[in-house]
Amino acid sequence: MRNISLLSSLLLAAFSATAAAQTLTLVSWGGSYGRSVERAWVEPFIEETGIEVQIEDYNGGLAQIRAQVESGNVFWDVVDMPTPDAVRGCDEGLLEFVPVEELPPAPDGTPAAEDYPPGSRSDCAGGGIASATIVAYNDELFPGAKPSTLEDYFDLDKFPGRRGMRRVPVVNLEFALIADGVPLDDVYRTLGTDEGIARAFAKLDTIKDQIVFWEAGAQPPQMLADQEVVMTTAYNGRVFNAQILENQPFTIIWDGQVQEASGLVIPLGTPRLDIARQFIEFASSAQSLAAISKYISYSPTRYSGNALVSTHEDTGIEMAPHMPAAEQNMRRALHSDWVWWADNRDEMNERFAVWLTR
Amino acid sequence: MSSATDTQIEFIDISKSYDGKTMVLPNLNMSVRRGEFLTLLGPSGSGKTTCLMMLAGFETPTSGEIRVNGESVHNLPPQKRDMGMVFQNYALFPHMTVGRNLSFPLEVRGMAPEERTRRIQRALEIVRLEGYGDRRPGQLSGGQQQRVAIARALVFEPGVVLMDEPLGALDRRLREQLQLEIRSIQRELGVTMVYVTHDQQEAMTLSDRIAVFNDGEIQQVAAPETLYEEPVREFVARFVGDNNLLRGTVQTVDGEICKVQVGDGLVEAFMVEPLEVGARTVLAIRPERVVLSPSMEYSNTVDAHIDDMVFLGDHLRVHVTIFEQPDFVVKIPNFIGQGGILPGDSVRIGWTVIDCRALPDESP
Amino acid sequence: MVNPMTDKRLRAALLAAPLVIFVAVTFLAPLALMLVRSVYEPAVADSLPATLNALAEWDGRDLPSEETFRIAGTEFVALNEVRALGSVATRVNRLQSGMRSTLLGTARRLGNDPPAGSWRDAMIDGDEDWAEVSTWLAIRRAGERITPRYYLNALDLDRGAAGEIVAQPEDRRIYVSLLWRTFLISATITAISLALAYPVAWLLAHARPARAGMLLLLVLVPFWTSLLVRTTSWIVLLQNQGVINDLLVVLGIIADEQRLSLIYNMTGTIIAMVHVLLPFMILPLYSIMRTIPPRHMQAAASLGASFWQSFRRVYWPQSLPGVAAGSLLVFIMSIGFYITPALVGGRTGQLISSMIAYHMEQSLNWGLAAALGAILLLLVVLLYLVYNRLVGVDRMRLG
Repeated sequence: MRNISLLSSLLLAAFSATAAAQTLTLVSWGGSYGRSVERAWVEPFIEETGIEVQIEDYNGGLAQIRAQVESGNVFWDVVDMPTPDAVRGCDEGLLEFVPVEELPPAPDGTPAAEDYPPGSRSDCAGGGIASATIVAYNDELFPGAKPSTLEDYFDLDKFPGRRGMRRVPVVNLEFALIADGVPLDDVYRTLGTDEGIARAFAKLDTIKDQIVFWEAGAQPPQMLADQEVVMTTAYNGRVFNAQILENQPFTIIWDGQVQEASGLVIPLGTPRLDIARQFIEFASSAQSLAAISKYISYSPTRYSGNALVSTHEDTGIEMAPHMPAAEQNMRRALHSDWVWWADNRDEMNERFAVWLTR
Repeated sequence: MSSATDTQIEFIDISKSYDGKTMVLPNLNMSVRRGEFLTLLGPSGSGKTTCLMMLAGFETPTSGEIRVNGESVHNLPPQKRDMGMVFQNYALFPHMTVGRNLSFPLEVRGMAPEERTRRIQRALEIVRLEGYGDRRPGQLSGGQQQRVAIARALVFEPGVVLMDEPLGALDRRLREQLQLEIRSIQRELGVTMVYVTHDQQEAMTLSDRIAVFNDGEIQQVAAPETLYEEPVREFVARFVGDNNLLRGTVQTVDGEICKVQVGDGLVEAFMVEPLEVGARTVLAIRPERVVLSPSMEYSNTVDAHIDDMVFLGDHLRVHVTIFEQPDFVVKIPNFIGQGGILPGDSVRIGWTVIDCRALPDESP
Repeated sequence: MVNPMTDKRLRAALLAAPLVIFVAVTFLAPLALMLVRSVYEPAVADSLPATLNALAEWDGRDLPSEETFRIAGTEFVALNEVRALGSVATRVNRLQSGMRSTLLGTARRLGNDPPAGSWRDAMIDGDEDWAEVSTWLAIRRAGERITPRYYLNALDLDRGAAGEIVAQPEDRRIYVSLLWRTFLISATITAISLALAYPVAWLLAHARPARAGMLLLLVLVPFWTSLLVRTTSWIVLLQNQGVINDLLVVLGIIADEQRLSLIYNMTGTIIAMVHVLLPFMILPLYSIMRTIPPRHMQAAASLGASFWQSFRRVYWPQSLPGVAAGSLLVFIMSIGFYITPALVGGRTGQLISSMIAYHMEQSLNWGLAAALGAILLLLVVLLYLVYNRLVGVDRMRLG
């Protein structure tokens, strides 16, 4: 009797494992970006392959993946991840390699290897979406002269009022140096020296009393709308949503913004490796990447994808002027250096924390 | 000790209602003499505790006035009333030693340490707890805790000591022992005592006078003997001691004596207050005043049928049926023995006119 | 024949077993694992045995020998080929920023182009860091299996070239001051909660049952509301353009440009956390106060004590077990609070938990996170012992 019940529970477990193998778990960021992922990638993928996809949200970081990989119980199959994290996860052996040869070529036949800008992709990532941390302001609060440069964000005399800033060193140190006159090409070289770091913090000091720190991406547009701050750093997609979908009088300053990329990665040891690779291949085509930009103002990192950017699916507006990778927005853009950050993040974080408490 | 008629506390037209609708005490008038031991006796809910709480200052009368030494205490908070209080569950402070508990009222009065020590010593002597000063209340027996509570209510030598069912939680032997102690302490110190209990035995043991409460009204205020021998209300007759009650109608009136029709018999009784012929009345006859086989001088004699007999050591309780009504009780002292009677026998019983009190019938 | 006593005990053990196993699996085991992680770090030692062996005999003053360079270089290349160098690099990088790319870059270069002549020259040519003694010291130190470095790091300390303990440079000393601030803010929150909770608990304990029931409901409703919802409502209320500031301006109490900074700073953290934690103070107080007979206050009054004398000498001492339990509970909970300070704490209202979360989730420096957690745990245990001494845990009641 006991043997029979043991057998049946084994069978049941085996059956549920097979059933689970048919369902892909995709982990992304939720919110409006998550919805665009669902519409641009997940729905067409299900239609094409018949594979079930379950979408989960997370808040970034590698902790959960590390816990899954170390315990040998991996239940995330594809994770949408910023490139710096993907690089570190790849280094630490937490992610499967995604060979660039397996990614689909551009519509004109150009191999994927040549279609990604150099340094935009981790060896463990496919996909490729570019976003930018920008400075945005509330039009209503500047009836006269309007801020137009990153310097203006740091200029309390010309544009008084409180500033929103994410409570991390990433991006903000770069902003400080750019606003202090460091040429874009020299930003990371300058940060590589103690004097450069001191200079960045000194620049941050000039507005420290007026900073309202934020933590989550949804906060800055809300703070602008509440007039809690007059200007804030923010993710360009969030501001776009507020501008277009909520008709908020916000303006993005396309000057000195820091461009970041994210990709799709596979935690090492997922039992559903095949369909995970299938999904990444699907989502990495130029068409799929461009499809994201129908819903939110994030650009494909692939050159060929950028050429396919068209209009917003729901409002019909031209998306090009809102894209971080659009030519007119790229005149003074800084590409985030994930190598430098991977090397210095812990130290910078400690220094930033010290700076916060001083 | 002041003269026994010197009034210390007066309740004048006091009424009390908690919810504004039902009156707990409709109209109360009462006075307490200096140095007397007055007990408020009554069943629970009769208003005696409310009365005590108003005196202590924890409740405010709805109307009327309480005077102490001729002064209204209406605006005096409890701590200014100079009354020591002993609560039913002692209300000793568990986090203080016995000594600290006794010291507390002295400290808040700013008394010097030496004087405090002396008084605490004396108070502990009075309640025979010398040497217990360093114990905590939790380490004492119930009786010892109650003695501490009494000592604490006495130690600051208040003008009045109030006790609210202080012995209610103790077993009978201890209760009786403490009753005697409380009485002797009160006699010795001469302090005015207002004591609340529902136990008539206790009230009899302790009191100079007893005020019997029922339904928010005072039925009778009198010394224990008077209350027992000369109840003026049916409730008192029933509540204090055992009584046989016979209901009937007044047939003839002759001075203070009347004849009352009870069932098919006629009983001669003493009228507590004047009654009209034809009035309904209740006759109260103490079981111990009824005799078997009465001699000729007993004005009331009647045939009785013995239903049951209970041997109770010092006396025999005989349940008989008279006037076709059962449960008339006769107490026979033990020295007579059983007197040769048995259940089922018919006997003749009797009582004197003076032991048969005709009270107004209060039954609805 | 079964001994009835043994049988009974066995049954009791079986009944308790699910809970014991649950606690062991979900609490004790992870706790033990984290404590182990805070001192035990085998990854580098396991990955670089030959290099560490060679460095063990090195004097630590001049650059290591050519032989050591060769052994190390070869080992880096071999590790990189099996994707195992990354995790070593991350760990060495924690001891010296920049080592991550130095190691990975060197391994890539040496792998693509094995040196024909001197490994030493080839490595130094590729990356000047290899000419620094500190680079090699960092590798040697990262190779310690049992290490105090996470605890040193958590206490803003480091080890110098000779292994002596030195303070971190001033601009990196963060943990001790954060720890202090955490304690200070937690103590403030505890004090404010106590001041607010005491009268409420008093009312609850001594009001008529119907009214007490209503009050208790009011206390518990926020308890059942999601933490995020509550925190977000505090933002709406407290921000510069928020309800409270608007009200103050409209009432003319403050001018428009004098709006108070009630959120995104320490004040915000304190206000929001007091609100979140208030029930944890009220409930233990309430459960103790219910056991204090109201007669005691009457007795004290009849003995001649004023309200304040009665309260101070009679009521307060008897409510102390509840005060102690509530304070300990609120203090310990605030020390570990994360979400609320993260959202409303701004610059000055962050607690040590923010750093623990950073090292758990972002930097993956679980050893340091574990060390910080262990220090916090130790301080809480110490506090508990002191409390036990002062109050006596058997007298403390949590409700």
